[in-house]
Amino acid sequence: MPQKPGSAGSGAEAAGELLELATRVASQARHGEQLEVYVSRGTEVDVRAYEGEIEWLSSATSAGVGVRLVTGGRQGFAYAGSLEEAVVAETLAEARDNATFATADEHVGLAEPDGVAPASLDLWDESVLSVPTATKVALALELERRVRGVDHRVRQVAYCDYGDMAFESAVASSTGIAACASRTMCSLSVMAIAGEAADSQTGTGISAGRGVASLDPGRAALDAVERATRLLEATKAKSARLVVVLDPRVTSTLLAIVSSALSGEAVTKGRSFFAGRVGEEVAAGALALVDDPTDARAFGASRYDAEGLACRRNVLIEGGVLRGFVFDSVAARRASTSSTASAVRGGYASTPVAGCRALSLSPGALDARGIMAEVGEGLYVQSVTGVHSGANPVSGDFSVGAEGLMVRGGELAEPVREVTIASTLQKMLQSVLHIGCDVEWLPGLAAGQSVAIGNMALGGA
Amino acid sequence: MTDVISSGPLLLEALVVERVLGAALAHGADFAEVFAEDRRSTSAVLDDGRVEELSSGRDRGAGVQVVVGETTGYAHTAELSEEGLLAAAEAASAVAHRGGKGRAVVVEPSEVRRRSEVAVLPESVEKARKIELLLRANESARSSGSAISQVSAAYGDGRRRILVANSDGLLAADDQVRSRFVVSCVAVGDTGMQSGFESAAFTVGFELFDVVDVEDVATTAARRALVKLSARPAPSGEVPLVLARGGGGILFHEACGHGLEADHIEKDASVFVGRVGEQVASPLVTLVDDGTMGPEWGSFAIDDEGHEAKRNVLIENGVLTDYMWDFQRARRRGRLSSGNGRRQSYRHLPMVRMTNTFLVNGGSDPDEMVAQTPRGVYVAKLGGGQVNTATGDFVFGTAEAYLIEDGHVTEPLRDANLIGNGPEVLRRIDAVGNDFAMCGPGTCGKDGQNVPVGTGQPTLRVTAMTIGGTAGG
Repeated sequence: MPQKPGSAGSGAEAAGELLELATRVASQARHGEQLEVYVSRGTEVDVRAYEGEIEWLSSATSAGVGVRLVTGGRQGFAYAGSLEEAVVAETLAEARDNATFATADEHVGLAEPDGVAPASLDLWDESVLSVPTATKVALALELERRVRGVDHRVRQVAYCDYGDMAFESAVASSTGIAACASRTMCSLSVMAIAGEAADSQTGTGISAGRGVASLDPGRAALDAVERATRLLEATKAKSARLVVVLDPRVTSTLLAIVSSALSGEAVTKGRSFFAGRVGEEVAAGALALVDDPTDARAFGASRYDAEGLACRRNVLIEGGVLRGFVFDSVAARRASTSSTASAVRGGYASTPVAGCRALSLSPGALDARGIMAEVGEGLYVQSVTGVHSGANPVSGDFSVGAEGLMVRGGELAEPVREVTIASTLQKMLQSVLHIGCDVEWLPGLAAGQSVAIGNMALGGA
Repeated sequence: MTDVISSGPLLLEALVVERVLGAALAHGADFAEVFAEDRRSTSAVLDDGRVEELSSGRDRGAGVQVVVGETTGYAHTAELSEEGLLAAAEAASAVAHRGGKGRAVVVEPSEVRRRSEVAVLPESVEKARKIELLLRANESARSSGSAISQVSAAYGDGRRRILVANSDGLLAADDQVRSRFVVSCVAVGDTGMQSGFESAAFTVGFELFDVVDVEDVATTAARRALVKLSARPAPSGEVPLVLARGGGGILFHEACGHGLEADHIEKDASVFVGRVGEQVASPLVTLVDDGTMGPEWGSFAIDDEGHEAKRNVLIENGVLTDYMWDFQRARRRGRLSSGNGRRQSYRHLPMVRMTNTFLVNGGSDPDEMVAQTPRGVYVAKLGGGQVNTATGDFVFGTAEAYLIEDGHVTEPLRDANLIGNGPEVLRRIDAVGNDFAMCGPGTCGKDGQNVPVGTGQPTLRVTAMTIGGTAGG
């Protein structure tokens, strides 16, 4: 959409407007009701480049409202994709009616201010709104040119995208919550295809940051090309038990799955294998895992959680010992503890739930090469597939498709495809052999670095 | 049955649409399209013995697409006013224009259709009745076994009204109603915790619950969790595989479905490029993608580019016959739409997507198939999957599986992923049963967009695939 005056400009201003709206509606709580109003607005630009031209360019602004109402321990929810007054009023009425159908539960209720001040984080880069569209298009085209130009074995680019968003949100409640925040993000992502016909291989490259100047198309191009070309002539390895060395992106994916089992929601409802194990050794001694949304390097960094409480650093595992879980206000009440300001939500259309948003492992001493030299023999896992069907945070079963390169004599050797790696999440945490120093802050809810894990089953020929 | 009905006012008036399309073409373009959508949904969740939440949502808006050559500009708005749409048309055409004169557009409204007669619109059902389904399911799941430690049940319904108009003169509308019910259970035993799920979802209204017993959905989910308490780790390596009817359709969705989508084909990012007319699968394989299948989850009357749903034979007796097409690519080649242009919402551009993808019935007796398999794995139900169309490698996960020993289904197995290469696996299908069934509903994700899809197959056997268990390693 063309940018109307007043809706562009500093994110803080716009977020302030949203907070006014949310506060106004939240003040309509009736006697005996708790009312929470979440509103958001975002502008997005997405460009796909193909064969030196724009394949598509999409730009628009979206907005929405989500209303939670609690009365007598019963919660009702309603949402709408518009901030028009009449629509917001209708949404409030729906939420009020919906609350009458829930089962009364003494633990259900909104968050209340806890006196913790938010971290001072600058997550807004004006360039996302001020840089001309032509510049964004040029970045996507440049990325494609580089990928095609770097190595003759790259025969095609499956996709080559620039994307950005400028997002403002506010949450206000009749219990005294009033929080607003704004953030920007932009990224370049590309998939290179190398080889021919049945011996095709792919590799992806990504560069992301808060503002346009932080994007590095050269680096993304090299990543994509290296990953695709080094898998050429990959064969199916034989089944074996071995050590795996995970690429940072794979580690990030693994941490995201483990985080489901660290959610107070899962723990209090008997869906986590970590339940009842605080104080026990659950991982290798060198492993320390924190969720810290106050760390500006994390893409999930945020001043407030989805209930409007100030985010804080939560230590989950330290010295291999389980220290605690993440809670929103409802799960915290169930567990007779306090919220760790870890409410997350998937936008205005969903309700808050306890979850992690900015995980990272404490770095170790070695980089990827150093880890491989220590490991000697094993499998370097470049990417995994089938995570949503093969990783189960309830049973702990972990079985995913993998591709990568064998490690022989401490170095990368022949490429491997069409294999699986399997274990259980519980065993994997306890079998971590090395944690790398090569931390990458990636889009998503966890940073990643190279990690070596022992005793995994490789399923192959 | 397709009924021609007048379902009340269209989302946009024809004259407004014509003006917006005219504005979209004003700077010169090959094609323009307006897509309007009004979606209402309700969901209710029961967890840990309590009805946790009833939730209602409303989302509506429109997107304008402008195409020049192979470049598309797109903008969307939540304002269904003429002003909002004209602004979107202006923004979209800023990207895709060739300078020069526009032209006026005249649209010919198609007959408004709804795919199947919806007997009971969800909005006409009292909320209390929807909640009651959850309570029944909870009761049933919990009494399935003392080891059941947790149950969650979710009800959902949605009504999606769409209108599509384009500069070729098309104006079409659809009114899509969907209902679903999902139960998920946790069981606890000596081996730890296990989970099981089952779902029922169709493109119909609340009458679904006259035909589907939520108790059955619940007891199936519970049984899957309980059985896995005594499950052993799956094997690791290559095994013969028998996939039970209705539980394994996702095999084809991943093994070749995505690889037969025209965008992957045109970009030379699929192992099925240039293979039309060739033998790509066992002669026992006839694969169809069909958006006209009545109440199935992936069905509709018109796709999100305004064209009628179709039944498309993709592979016939093992020979590749055709790909699936989005309208722009079909149009550029002078062919008709295949009814596969779909989008998650008005905020998204359409892409070629599957609808209901299934393997046609064969002639083998499913019991004989197992009896003649000395060793292998019997998969009663699959979870999700994923594919890399450029390499052809795909995975799918088991949600309920057993060993086959000496021609008998024996020990239950813990969940694991299976991996294979599409064309190779299709060639290795050596038996197809005569007991076709459609599968549970699925959500297909592609390029950041989710759409509902159906899958199905008769019982079938694959001579070998790699299974990723932890046993025997």
